[in-house]
Amino acid sequence: MSAMVTIRNLTRTFDVSKPWLNRVLERLPRQKLTAVSDVTLEIEEKSVYALVGESGSGKSTIGKILVGLLPPSSGEVRVEGVDLATETDPKVREELRSNIQMIFQDPYASLNPRWRVKDVIVEPVKVRGGKTEGLAEKLLEQVGLSAEDAGKFPHQFSGGQRQRICVARALASNPRLIVCDEPTSALDVSVQAQVLNLMSDLKDELGLTYLFISHDLTVVRHMADRIGVLYLGQLVEEADPETLFETPRHPYTQMLLAAAPKLDSFGETEAVPQGEIPDPINPPPGCVFNPRCPYATERCRIERPELRRMGETRVACHHAEEIARKLSLETA
Amino acid sequence: MAISPVAETEYKGSAQPEQGQQPTLSVRDLVVEIPTRRGVLRPVDRVSYDLAPGEILGVVGESGAGKSMTGNAVIGLLDRPAHIAGGEILLNGKRIDNLSRRDMRKIRGKEIGMVFQDPLTSLNPLIPIGDQLAETIETHLNVSRTEARKRALASLEEVGIPAAAERLDSYPHEFSGGMRQRVVIALALCAEPSLVIADEPTTALDVSVQAQIIALLKRLCREHGTSVILVTHDMGVIAEAADRVAVMYAGKLVEIGPVRDVLTHPNHPYTDGLVGSMPAHSHGQARLRQIPGAMPRLNALPEGCAFHPRCPKAQEKCRHAPEPELMNGAACWFPVGEDA
Ligand SMILES: Nc1ncnc2c1ncn2[C@@H]1O[C@H](COP(=O)(O)OP(=O)(O)OP(=O)(O)O)[C@@H](O)[C@H]1O
Ligand SMILES: Nc1ncnc2c1ncn2[C@@H]1O[C@H](COP(=O)(O)OP(=O)(O)O)[C@@H](O)[C@H]1O
Ligand code: SF4
Ligand code: SF4
Ligand SMILES: [Mg+2]
Ligand SMILES: [Mg+2]
Repeated sequence: MSAMVTIRNLTRTFDVSKPWLNRVLERLPRQKLTAVSDVTLEIEEKSVYALVGESGSGKSTIGKILVGLLPPSSGEVRVEGVDLATETDPKVREELRSNIQMIFQDPYASLNPRWRVKDVIVEPVKVRGGKTEGLAEKLLEQVGLSAEDAGKFPHQFSGGQRQRICVARALASNPRLIVCDEPTSALDVSVQAQVLNLMSDLKDELGLTYLFISHDLTVVRHMADRIGVLYLGQLVEEADPETLFETPRHPYTQMLLAAAPKLDSFGETEAVPQGEIPDPINPPPGCVFNPRCPYATERCRIERPELRRMGETRVACHHAEEIARKLSLETA
Repeated sequence: MAISPVAETEYKGSAQPEQGQQPTLSVRDLVVEIPTRRGVLRPVDRVSYDLAPGEILGVVGESGAGKSMTGNAVIGLLDRPAHIAGGEILLNGKRIDNLSRRDMRKIRGKEIGMVFQDPLTSLNPLIPIGDQLAETIETHLNVSRTEARKRALASLEEVGIPAAAERLDSYPHEFSGGMRQRVVIALALCAEPSLVIADEPTTALDVSVQAQIIALLKRLCREHGTSVILVTHDMGVIAEAADRVAVMYAGKLVEIGPVRDVLTHPNHPYTDGLVGSMPAHSHGQARLRQIPGAMPRLNALPEGCAFHPRCPKAQEKCRHAPEPELMNGAACWFPVGEDA
């Protein structure tokens, strides 16, 4: 197995300062928001790497950087060895770009309403001067729609069908890597199942690699080979689904798993999580999770924990071993 | 205080509040219609259910199933040209579906509290939250300004706003999404209504905040004995919060029953499909179970049982006989688990 994507020490900041005049009048400093902070991870070829995390944790930002929609502030992103930020050969850049596609959350917003489905689908190929003869029809059938749909407009389709059109469009340029940003969050559960099944089938058929972004733990557990948990722009834990769900190591992952509604809970509520995600402009010092963490110590308030190996897991917590011991004593 | 004893005994399997006990809400054969140029649409078609005091009824179904329309009909907030075209709605035994807009406005806030997906639709952006709460309390409970202020503070504390006394003069935009939804819950409950309608109250929130809001809603309604209609497309939320669940499909109530029974042993093939398509139920299988197709549009409802084009159990009768009525908890000729 080899890594298709390597992300090293990736950081992305945004300038969120008030306009210049306000800053002068109100004596406000410039403000910086760190959306992604020192993230390092690898995605194996033909695997599904899932990023989970709550709103604002930096999932989409990482996805956009990977497809080249946003440049990193620092760090390195390589896809099949090529770094878009430093690669200068236009041919190599072009090839890489057509090898990576993205599917977005909102199948309504991501399709141009005035274009026929056919034109929507072949556009990524057309802009590169590729052959588009019969392509849309072939792809429509591949995603479970019919060739006759090619002449219709997006509004004539339901949400699930539109997401299929988005999948067809993403497949048009024969990509090897697809970034799926919450591809089913806007869909009902029954339609979600159709789209997720389609995505799994295509992955096997075409040997695709996915970066799969979601906030839904059950979806991620079903789809992923490896899961990274983000909190306030930081990768706090990474493991395969089984390990992550059976033995979550990071207190934030533990909280997320406890908070997710369970189908068999029937009126019993587990420990309700405390507090809310802090303001990303002024994240807490030390471990970003410390204000909400039941195990936080003095050290946690000062020193940011590094992501390190612990068995099958990579975890960023100073006290992961003690916590694991404590939890196993409690359940024993 | 605590769980109403009625609610406790009632979940054993019957789908109705106990005999002789007056339901908080009673919806009878409710029909909502929308006249359009191409004919009359029926987003809600002969829906009936009762809600016991202190009971939480979850309403689920795909988007467009008519969940919100049913709730909006109860609170008299249907957007024209949608209107109630049949049936009746009784709140604590009194009919409210035929009230004037003015009388209905008095009932909203006082006897029925509301929580919507976007907290900003329930809050006035220009008025500090303390004033909004105090005003609602003052108008509905006939208490003095000072008393209303005092109760406003108490209700903010009750919903867990930190440093509530200092936040009374804050405006809605100064709160996070989760905190805003807490304020909305305070507002919905401050006049001690007997019914709260919560339409996708946590859909816009993160998992951890969602858990907080659901726990809060549940605790407060238990403590105050308030009944709740919890509309959501999220089955997990229903499992965690509701006592009973009502499943809607294409404007009809297709299944209703105690949440445990419905989720573990669904009777209607649609409920079965919904529950089965959840990734949490994939049990390590590579493919999820899926319901083929999509819900029909209201202007193109199939003949017979509206679910038949997607139903794995459909037979000749389903396609042609008049649609099945709700019986033994499910509106289906050939319920799951009963071999025909
Ligand atoms: N263009 C931008 N300018 C300023 N801040 C931004 C910008 N894009 C993202 N951010 C901020 O960066 C952080 C991470 O955003 P991102 O969109 O990656 O989150 P996410 O994990 O995808 O969240 P969601 O689940 O809501 O989609 C957030 O605090 C967000 O407000
Ligand atoms: N103003 C309107 N005109 C026509 N159809 C409408 C209107 N408002 C709602 N509908 C239709 O009524 C049905 C029920 O809607 P709604 O109650 O909002 O569904 P849900 O809350 O279950 O998602 C849907 O098919 C919707 O498209
Ligand atoms: S480093 Fe400290 S604060 Fe952070 S998760 Fe671990 S124990 Fe909690
Ligand atoms: S009545 Fe027939 S088509 Fe309708 S749900 Fe039951 S079995 Fe399926
Ligand atoms: Mg995002
Ligand atoms: Mg709705």
